[in-house]
Amino acid sequence: MLIPYLLFLPTLVYLAVFMAYPLVQAIILTFTSESGAGFTLSNWYSVFSDPLFWEALKNTLLLTGVIIPLQVLLALLLALFVNSRFRGYMIVIYFITIPLALSDVSAALMSYNIFSPQGYLNKILLNLGLIHEPMYFFGFNVKSREFWIIVLTEVWRATPLVFVILLAGLQMIGKEYFEAADVFGFSRLQKFFYITLPLLKTSLQSALLLRTLFAFQIFGVVWLLAGRDIPILAGEAFYQQTELQDYNVAAVYGVIIAIISVIISWFYLTFLKGTKELSES
Amino acid sequence: MRAKKLRKVIIFVISVLIGLWFLIPVALITLSAFAVSEDYYNPHLIIPRHFTISHFYKLFFTLGAGHATMVSLLVAGVTIALSFILGVPAGYALARYRFKGKDSLKLVILATRMFPLMILAIPLLVIFMKMGISDTVLGIALAHTTMVLPFVILITSSIFAGVDVEFEEAAMIFGLSRAKAFFKVTLPLALPGLAASAIFAFIMSWNEVFVAAILSLQNRTLPAHILSTAMDSPDYFKFTAGFIMAVPALIFIYFARRYLVSMWGISLK
Repeated sequence: MLIPYLLFLPTLVYLAVFMAYPLVQAIILTFTSESGAGFTLSNWYSVFSDPLFWEALKNTLLLTGVIIPLQVLLALLLALFVNSRFRGYMIVIYFITIPLALSDVSAALMSYNIFSPQGYLNKILLNLGLIHEPMYFFGFNVKSREFWIIVLTEVWRATPLVFVILLAGLQMIGKEYFEAADVFGFSRLQKFFYITLPLLKTSLQSALLLRTLFAFQIFGVVWLLAGRDIPILAGEAFYQQTELQDYNVAAVYGVIIAIISVIISWFYLTFLKGTKELSES
Repeated sequence: MRAKKLRKVIIFVISVLIGLWFLIPVALITLSAFAVSEDYYNPHLIIPRHFTISHFYKLFFTLGAGHATMVSLLVAGVTIALSFILGVPAGYALARYRFKGKDSLKLVILATRMFPLMILAIPLLVIFMKMGISDTVLGIALAHTTMVLPFVILITSSIFAGVDVEFEEAAMIFGLSRAKAFFKVTLPLALPGLAASAIFAFIMSWNEVFVAAILSLQNRTLPAHILSTAMDSPDYFKFTAGFIMAVPALIFIYFARRYLVSMWGISLK
């Protein structure tokens, strides 16, 4: 009777020591002064009064808001396309899953390889005579270009992650629904909106939730391609910690990211129906 | 008939475009990783003509990537070991037993999976400094285990659920103890799935950069090393480094593609 608890015990102890305890420590750090003594609100105050924090928050929101809808839309189109099961669709799945396990660091460097001043895009355009000077995609002066390169990189890298979830969802929809729809003479569009989309809702929601959470922690791609040209929350946490060695302020950034994650999860779980399946899956 | 043919052509064209879209960045960084620097800096030469492995050689032996790769492999190894020692029993308990509080435990695991690891990096650094294990393989691996463990539990529990419980019961009827039945019957049957989830755990650890970069200074993992040095290095080193980072991920996708959809389905759901 005790066996399942004993099997679970090591995990719980581990999570308590290396997750719960550091979490409490992080919160304590945010209220500790740099000298290490006494309760203070100054860390929170210095973050909130720093215009860079607000810019980082804005950029993180903006990146999430642009990247997530693009990823989900593209992944949905790809999943629907592949799920029509034409000859050789497995090969297409294989191509789509190429970036599935790639790190953000790798993906960022692949982008840089294409868009750098000596990169492939510039070389092609130069040799076609379309431009005479290399175009610059990286640097403080071309921040908006950097922004879109980051979006492109993240869409390229993480769309397959959404695709896999949606494809699994599509494959679980029973054929009999579509057969019934055929009997009633549904059009293709009707089938999509009345059958596929409602039945795909759970997968869509879980994909949305997880990608949004990860998008809020976006770091490697931005740090490598734009540095602090485009400040982001995780990047500021990293900067405060590694460059300024301000543990307390860095902890504030960490806690803010965690709070936003909780809010996002709560939002998805409360305002989007079908959450029961999500917590059970 | 013509409509059908047209449909086939359209499907083929879209398939090719999808293939190119996902393949080209990987193909190009592979070219750049091996291209001699003269070709890279020659604006008139789009596809490099001369190739070398000297970038790899320099990266590994004089620019610290060798040590960093070693650290990355060790961290991933310790992470896999820890998360399996802890996670396989828990996954087995979820798959095989009914007990009070099972649902809440499952919810805890699901919640920890959504937990942003970055918030742990800073307090863990402080704790590890006190324990004397900051800037060590063990420290990074302990942090990575908290990230990997929930995934291992969920994946292994679904793998064990997929192994028919009747095999185990049959073995027990023949006089094997539950533990023996597990090791002799269930485990071998679950082995391919477990191997795939070990590779999955490896990739998670191999790719993780934020926590690794904060927790290490001398003993940086490969992505942490790239993060702190890449942008000051000549371009061709960046591409070689990016290529090295990509290799395990590409190999993994190749071998695990049978398990791919189901595993990511579970882990990301």
